[in-house]
Amino acid sequence: MNLTELEKKLIAAARLKVPDERVPYAFEKRIMAQLAARAGADYWVFWARGLWRAAASCVALAVLLGAVSVFLPAPPDTSKDLSQDFENTLLASADLPENPTP
Amino acid sequence: MERSEAELIAAVLKGDAASFEPLVVKYSPRVFATARRYARRESEIEDIVQEVWLKAFDKLKTFRGEAPFEHWLMRMAVRTCYDFLRAHQRNRISSFSEISEPEEDWLERFVAEPGHAAEDADAAKLLIDRVLEKLSPPARLVIQLLEIEDRSVKEIAKITGWSVPLVKVRAFRARAEMRKILARMTQNKYL
Repeated sequence: MNLTELEKKLIAAARLKVPDERVPYAFEKRIMAQLAARAGADYWVFWARGLWRAAASCVALAVLLGAVSVFLPAPPDTSKDLSQDFENTLLASADLPENPTP
Repeated sequence: MERSEAELIAAVLKGDAASFEPLVVKYSPRVFATARRYARRESEIEDIVQEVWLKAFDKLKTFRGEAPFEHWLMRMAVRTCYDFLRAHQRNRISSFSEISEPEEDWLERFVAEPGHAAEDADAAKLLIDRVLEKLSPPARLVIQLLEIEDRSVKEIAKITGWSVPLVKVRAFRARAEMRKILARMTQNKYL
């Protein structure tokens, strides 16, 4: 059998086939309905995307502030002085002078 | 007044989805014709065309208007059909035992007198459909575009996104694959 000839014949047969351009009734309405349905879904996607972005920025900010607090040099410790001052202020009225002046 | 294609596309991009409908009405016949070259069942054809339009809507912002909208859309249609072929590869695995009587008659006529077997016979058209269905997806796409639609290698490269050398290699392999299928088909029946 001549396969090359058979191949040519079959390709020629395929070329003679005119593809059918028929479109089902109201097909465009179906596509538009699909697009409209997707638009509704997209509304929620829009919100979800926004919320995820907000969450991501919050996490990024928390990490940044954490890093700043860890890596920045700590300010001089003034807690002792403050407590001393606080105590002095609080007990000022109780500290009676030993020899009150008349 | 009827709006031009460019006006309709601009309106869709601005958010007026309804302007997409005239484009669907105008180009659906061509998209259906393309889909019918790659799929047989009407439900599958409708699914392919629907996917083409949904993709076209989503990717409309990538259409730059340098080439006609139709070319851009048909490229998308062919690529969607190729995706369909790849997704339905398992359907290709079948034997030639289901060849119908008219197809067998046509083959017998061809074996007896190759010149007298008419290529416009329905049996020949059914037979080539059967052979095409057995090809691998890249081979089928190349045979369809190169041999049946008579497109150039450059055009195929543009449509498929493959490089020109890749199209040539795939065309060579596709012809070999087709000959192998034909050999198997005729061997089963006539040897």
